Amino acid sequence: MLAPGAPVRVRDDWPETRGPCHIRTPHYLRGRRGTVVRQLGAFPNPEDLAFARPAPTLALYHVAFEPRSIWPDAGGDEIVVELYESWLEAA
Amino acid sequence: MTPLIEAPSERLLAGIKSLLASKGIATAEEIAERMAQTDRASPAQGARMVARAWTDPEYRALLLRDGAQAAEAMGIAMRGLPPLGVLENTDDTHNLVVCTLCSCYPRAVLGYPPFWFKSPGYRARAIRDPRGVLAEFGTVLPAGQRIRVVDSTADYRWMVLPQRPVGTDGWDADRLAALLREGDMIGVTVPSAA
Repeated sequence: MLAPGAPVRVRDDWPETRGPCHIRTPHYLRGRRGTVVRQLGAFPNPEDLAFARPAPTLALYHVAFEPRSIWPDAGGDEIVVELYESWLEAA
Repeated sequence: MTPLIEAPSERLLAGIKSLLASKGIATAEEIAERMAQTDRASPAQGARMVARAWTDPEYRALLLRDGAQAAEAMGIAMRGLPPLGVLENTDDTHNLVVCTLCSCYPRAVLGYPPFWFKSPGYRARAIRDPRGVLAEFGTVLPAGQRIRVVDSTADYRWMVLPQRPVGTDGWDADRLAALLREGDMIGVTVPSAA
């Protein structure tokens, strides 16, 4: 389990290039570094649910990102996104 | 046989309802009740929750801790629906909600989303240029207030708890609720007593 404040990196993975899939990780975050805000609970993996496959339960985290690390011209101060543990790696 | 796509929608609906009933998943009464609930949901429900949070510190704490429980406390049925998270606006931070992937929206407490919430333009721009989007809604934030954009991508639904407007001292919850618009609870606008 990831603690609040833990630095993480979103996997730089593009399953949509390999075939039909359902992804809840926005493309603009792939490969980006962020910081865990808190765990939001645990939910069946929607990537499996979407195809009626058995869906293991995954921890869901709120992760914060610095907008200007994604877009140099970004206008906000913080972006917070729900991400499943399967998409996060230690940074 | 008629292709499914060309079948009359009433017949399709009747077929699905009878399948759900015969498989023991949902009765006709349960489906009718959920349809009525969906139609009853409107921004007025979120407004009642916000106004109560402004006037009742214990309710405010509950709302921020567990939005679904706080909605239930106002008589809004949340069973079977996604958890509701509530984002508190403060002097330091303003929250803006977007779903860049599709259209996740706290329908149970705000009703159907406004048409622009699902538009590619709002979804692309709110995440990257929130101040520009707010300006188009006529919203200018105080200097120094940070903007946090919350991208609603997964199992939660998110609603904003706006700051209580100045000039509303002594107002009761009903009068406060009447000030609120759906945009205030998405974060594109802020309520005002003026």
